[in-house]
Amino acid sequence: MSVPILLVVTLAMFALGAASPFDPAARYLGDSVGNATTEDLERIRHNIGADQPFYVQWWNWLTHAVTGDLGDSLSQHQPVLAVISERLGWTLLLVTVAFVVTMALSLVTGALAAIRHGGWFDRAVTTLAYAFEAVPVFWLSLAMIWLFSLTLRWFPAGGVSDVRTGALSFGGVLSHLVMPAVALAVSQVPWFVLYVKQSVRTAMAEDYVVGARARGLRERTVLVGHVVRGALLPFITLVGSRFPELITGAVLVETTFSWPGVAAATTEAGVALDFPLLAALTTLATAVVLLGNLLADVVYAFADPRVVTG
Amino acid sequence: MLLAGAVAATACGTAPAAARDSVVIAVNPEPTTLNPVLGFAPYGASKLFDGLVALDDKLNLVPALAESLPKASEDNKTFTYTLRQGVTFSDGTPLTAEDVAFTYQSVLDPKTNTTMRTDFAAVESVRTPDPRTVVFQLKYPYATFPQYTGLGIVPAHLLRGKDINTDGFNRKPVGTGPYKLDSWQAGERMVLTANEKYWGGAPKVKKVTLAFVRDDNVRATRLATGELDAAAMPPRLVDRFRNQPGMSVRSVPSADYRGIMMPMGNPVTSDNALRRALDLVIDRDAMVKGILGGAGKPAFGPLFAESKWYEKSIEHPVDLPAAERILDEAGWVKGPDGMRRRGDTPARFTVMYNAADTVRKDIALAFSSDAKKVGVDVAVDGLSVEALQKRMDKDALVMGWGTPYDPDFITYKIFHSSFAGKGWYNPGRYHNPTVDKLLDEGRTTPDEATRVGIYKSFQKEQAADPAWLFCVQLDHVYVMADAWNGLQQQVEPHNDGLAHGPWWNVEKWVPKQ
Repeated sequence: MSVPILLVVTLAMFALGAASPFDPAARYLGDSVGNATTEDLERIRHNIGADQPFYVQWWNWLTHAVTGDLGDSLSQHQPVLAVISERLGWTLLLVTVAFVVTMALSLVTGALAAIRHGGWFDRAVTTLAYAFEAVPVFWLSLAMIWLFSLTLRWFPAGGVSDVRTGALSFGGVLSHLVMPAVALAVSQVPWFVLYVKQSVRTAMAEDYVVGARARGLRERTVLVGHVVRGALLPFITLVGSRFPELITGAVLVETTFSWPGVAAATTEAGVALDFPLLAALTTLATAVVLLGNLLADVVYAFADPRVVTG
Repeated sequence: MLLAGAVAATACGTAPAAARDSVVIAVNPEPTTLNPVLGFAPYGASKLFDGLVALDDKLNLVPALAESLPKASEDNKTFTYTLRQGVTFSDGTPLTAEDVAFTYQSVLDPKTNTTMRTDFAAVESVRTPDPRTVVFQLKYPYATFPQYTGLGIVPAHLLRGKDINTDGFNRKPVGTGPYKLDSWQAGERMVLTANEKYWGGAPKVKKVTLAFVRDDNVRATRLATGELDAAAMPPRLVDRFRNQPGMSVRSVPSADYRGIMMPMGNPVTSDNALRRALDLVIDRDAMVKGILGGAGKPAFGPLFAESKWYEKSIEHPVDLPAAERILDEAGWVKGPDGMRRRGDTPARFTVMYNAADTVRKDIALAFSSDAKKVGVDVAVDGLSVEALQKRMDKDALVMGWGTPYDPDFITYKIFHSSFAGKGWYNPGRYHNPTVDKLLDEGRTTPDEATRVGIYKSFQKEQAADPAWLFCVQLDHVYVMADAWNGLQQQVEPHNDGLAHGPWWNVEKWVPKQ
């Protein structure tokens, strides 16, 4: 199932590029394009194979890719594999931490808001959730830089290590990670909080919860063992489908905080019409989304014994 | 969270008071290659490489890897360089004539994806009679050729037989320059360390960090926190730094100009009288004040006002009556609505600008309202680069160019008819036989005094038959920490970035006590 999706996605990407008005040769040259003559552009277009029809370019890319050769990035002037391997770790770190923070924060606050429905906590959480849902993530990042880097001087404003010494240490990375991870998490939390709150409230009205209460179980046992567990099921499915959102958010966060990850490279590859890099990154992103859905299915099976995979 | 806060407090405190032998410079955009053959730091000024020659702060040609300026043959077709003795690449290998020949042959190889080729179109062969001598044989006489030989020299032994377009060298280069690449974390920063064995003496600033920060606002904030020492800034963001102790705002004149390119493929913009009249109408002082916030000066021609090649007589004040007279005499008659037409042709054309560039947009709008005063209707159209490129043989365009080097660099390709329609060079297909002749002479005449005369005549001829209506010459604005002595100001070219800025001679800085 995944393979045909990947084929279609990458072919569509090459087709989109061919239909766009951008000249890959001009993008290849980057800043030095101002010095290019028409002959230079033609020569380079031929050298990088951009003068061939898009399906031929795609086929060339594909036949090399299956042998493990992802080609050379046109905008970075180095092998695609090198571009990705240099940056992937940083993105995984950022996205994983942001994801864990998002999950923890939205489950706890969402459940508490549902249990104390209508109380001041619920109203505060709901209001904040709507407010942050409306804030663009790059604006949030800028505001955080202003507050925590410039005014309070708690955290550095960008990069992954101290810009002056360049030393890469655990504590250093941690302090650089806080702001981008929190910015990314805060941009994702509102949607999850509102969802968790809603499904916990629905679960509280379910027969099995009423039944549990009637059996005289402790309130704590009812909430954790029955309500939250029941509310978790649809939530898990949605986590998988929200993965693309997280990746989109990472693009903006990485760019603002000079985070050397693969998401920032995606925008660069996009505007530079860097097909080899873009194809590899698209494949990677598609694979991540497919994997996210697969994982959701697996976790679902664990959380709900009624589901039998096989 | 608390732990992270404590760590961060030590990591980004205020700048230390002691002498600083390191500097952090914000750079945008991040370079995509560090190989001079592929276009990195095209006219020298790279900290990792040296050319045969270099430019000093007054933009005079000085020897670099060559021990003296080249010897030219009688006919200006052969240039002979003798290499400096004892120069080594940062991997310890000695520099030889082979490396120079390899560098130039790579630029000329059609398989190399570089735009530098056009600059060396005159080269027929590069010979190396002995390990210290390089001889350039040209196809035609070219007196200004040495000006182009600031191109950084790459080591042949690391690149021969490799694919220069993709080789790992491009991101891990080895050169002869005052600095060596220490590390490059793509998307974050690049660290250069001093080359202690540099032939010009070991730099006092031992470490140069180039941080890649794309957003102007983020750059300003990180400068204010003390994380960065220097950065280019748009003029609107520098005011907060003017009174900040330890920081200074530096305005550096550039040869970077903005003007309106008038294409010959349009019946209105190709009319000589109309072009001359509009040249008299542009309120350049208002543009400098209103659009650049004072960071610049009026421009009347392609050569920058501080240069010895500049012809001052082309400067003129705004003169609406004279413009009206020229238009009347040429048959552009005013209609009842105050707008002019000649026969069936209304005096109407479009000025395009790159929609992403606000300065260019403001220039287009100001020009349009100036033209309206004499009855010429100028529509403005903001487009993407790709869209306007398709129309620039027919529609006028706000363009920018300018290098402070030899006038041949910025006149020949832009005004000579042999470059008509070649990419960005002469998109309006300007063709003036007198200009062609002067530019050919300027290129081949060796005597400098004669050349000054030739380029002065060229500027007058261009003003009498304008290919461009020049508007403003920009200053580039930077914010810098005051921690070093030895900064020199050098007039900058159109493309700034890594290679230019107040840090162009960082290898000569001395930390303040």
